[in-house]
Amino acid sequence: MKDDRSIVDIDANNGTGVGTASADPHDFSPLKLENAAYEREKNESPSLNFMQDSWRRIRKNRSALISMVVLVLLIGVAFTSIWLFPHDPNRQNLAHSNLPPKIPGVTVRGFDGTAADNSGGGAFIDKYAAEGVPEGVYYYLGTDNLGRDLLARLLGGMRVSLLIAFVAAFLDLTIGVTYGLVSGLFGERVDSVMQRILEVLAGIPNLVVLILMLTIFKPGIFTIILAMIVTGWISMARIVRAQTMKLKNQEYVLAAVTLGQSKAVIAAKHILPNISGVVIVQMMFSIPQAIFFEAFLSFIGLGLRPPEASLGTLLNEGYKAFRVLPYQMWVPTVTLSVLMISFNLLADGLRDAFDPKMKE
Amino acid sequence: MLNTNRKKLLEVDGLKQYFNKGQKTEVRAVDDISFYIEEGETFGLVGESGCGKSTTGRSIIRLYTPTAGRILFDGEDIARIRSRAEILRFRRDAQMIFQDPYASLNPRMKVKDIVAEGIDLHDPAKNARERDERVYRMLELVGLDESHADRYPHEFSGGQRQRIGIARALALKPRFIVCDEPISALDVSIQAQVVNLLQDLQKSQNLTYLFIAHDLSMVKFISDRIGVMYYGKLVEVGPSEEIYNYGVHPYTESLLSAIPLPDPEYERSRKRIAYIPQPPGADAKLRAVAPGHFVYCTEAEATAYQEKRNKRVCS
Ligand SMILES: Nc1ncnc2c1ncn2[C@@H]1O[C@H](COP(=O)(O)OP(=O)(O)OP(=O)(O)O)[C@@H](O)[C@H]1O
Ligand SMILES: [Mg+2]
Repeated sequence: MKDDRSIVDIDANNGTGVGTASADPHDFSPLKLENAAYEREKNESPSLNFMQDSWRRIRKNRSALISMVVLVLLIGVAFTSIWLFPHDPNRQNLAHSNLPPKIPGVTVRGFDGTAADNSGGGAFIDKYAAEGVPEGVYYYLGTDNLGRDLLARLLGGMRVSLLIAFVAAFLDLTIGVTYGLVSGLFGERVDSVMQRILEVLAGIPNLVVLILMLTIFKPGIFTIILAMIVTGWISMARIVRAQTMKLKNQEYVLAAVTLGQSKAVIAAKHILPNISGVVIVQMMFSIPQAIFFEAFLSFIGLGLRPPEASLGTLLNEGYKAFRVLPYQMWVPTVTLSVLMISFNLLADGLRDAFDPKMKE
Repeated sequence: MLNTNRKKLLEVDGLKQYFNKGQKTEVRAVDDISFYIEEGETFGLVGESGCGKSTTGRSIIRLYTPTAGRILFDGEDIARIRSRAEILRFRRDAQMIFQDPYASLNPRMKVKDIVAEGIDLHDPAKNARERDERVYRMLELVGLDESHADRYPHEFSGGQRQRIGIARALALKPRFIVCDEPISALDVSIQAQVVNLLQDLQKSQNLTYLFIAHDLSMVKFISDRIGVMYYGKLVEVGPSEEIYNYGVHPYTESLLSAIPLPDPEYERSRKRIAYIPQPPGADAKLRAVAPGHFVYCTEAEATAYQEKRNKRVCS
């Protein structure tokens, strides 16, 4: 009885204290019955499917949108330049070595072909004139110590990075997803065997895998891809397996079994579409990792070897000359950072778009 | 109501379903149960949460491979079929309606593809028009209409979703349907609609139901016969009136005592009977205490139950 009283008291307080905007019953009029029935039957909101809904959400995420634009631009430039801007990244021209960037019409210091005179003093001199480069020859990002065009090398390096990105995505989607689906759907003994194999593979650091490969193959992009084939898809396989395990006891999957659907169709029609968001996000996160893996290997000399251009080899050459010719390191550093940040931000945005509940 | 010379469509004999068999975590979800379901009847299965009702239904529908026992469906032992062709034949005849309308429809599929899944698999339509026509007919059968076909499940209410699930099961024109608590996730006002729909469909489509629920009053309303399950065992089976009025197993009595009635006189005097589980006797099995009414007990207990029942009939 006492409890009842106190509840009533709280209500009364609310009524006077907070709810001052008292509602006047005359403000409301009852809905007409035919109207109500009509509105109940009609579902006014447009019928959005998963992709439309996700797109609507990602459009609101500015950083993801900018990343997407940046990536599209970078990818576009890297590949269209093969035809539009055919400079051989490996062509040497010793007469034009270590030229600073020079862009026609730009007078900003650092991009106008001038650099500090390294013979003494701090005066800026026109390097192009000093080296006797003919009028009308421009190196937009300068040249390296062998006189190779840095822009051409950068584009070549980006192509390598993007190829690695593509390979990483492809391996994730083929081996990773299939392995996870099979392991998760079959369960029991098949699953234990497949998981033990995975644990062994995951237990070997991928640097060790690569070094083992190097005992047989020459360092280069082929060896990196081989190493990725061995270990690059493992986290995807694990995530897909866990998701499959979760979904396969969902009643709609059981309903499909009851209808007589085969395991392959269940995987393709009922499981995959429902984990596509997770799969895409995981793939987007593994791409920058792979890009960095290649750059790192090339930097320490286990990946691509000079004269091949890759962001890693460019960094390696650039950092040796960083004190005197900083642009040679800035160029690949900024590019690598922009690539990785863009992929990561886009992955973040996609995760929020696909699964708004996961956002904290 | 009880027609003794009807055909037995389903006969379950000594069904056992153990999970993680032989390991420390072994669960005897269903432990040696036997019952039958006649053609055209509704068999209600009741019991508390976790007693193995869903597992029974899923074993019968071959979502699990039974650990032991026979499941005769139309004379054929379902527990033993292995080949895909045989399984598919069985799937046409036996379908299932699920408990959770929010989990039983694939959120990425349109309603018409959900309903047509079985059609595509077993009896493909000649063209898209015919497929649509058949989907519309199924939707109408369960009280939905064509305009719903192109929508996604999340646009529907729980009751509507359950109807979509029913349409999916019916699309194969099955003879037998396991209804696994099809109404327990629904609002009370919607429950009656769905139960009525199920009953109408039973008549028009000549269906046999295994109706799983934990609410004895609802089961009594829809079922011809009732089985009461406790902890993986069937403790009492009989015609629903008989169980409802003269249920004698202590667990059944406990369930019955939990049913509220809209009668203040009765409610004032209603006492909940708690069930204290007793270890079953060594030779315990289902024994008849009245025609068609069986209780899981020993020989000695059987006579006591018989007397208890007869006394209640007389009073
Ligand atoms: N796949 C499984 N693996 C291991 N144990 C299981 C599995 N499925 C069910 N069980 C166990 O079997 C027992 C019976 O479960 P079941 O789902 O049949 O209960 P239920 O009577 O349907 O309960 P509810 O009314 O809550 O639906 C439970 O103890 C459950 O934990
Ligand atoms: Mg259940």
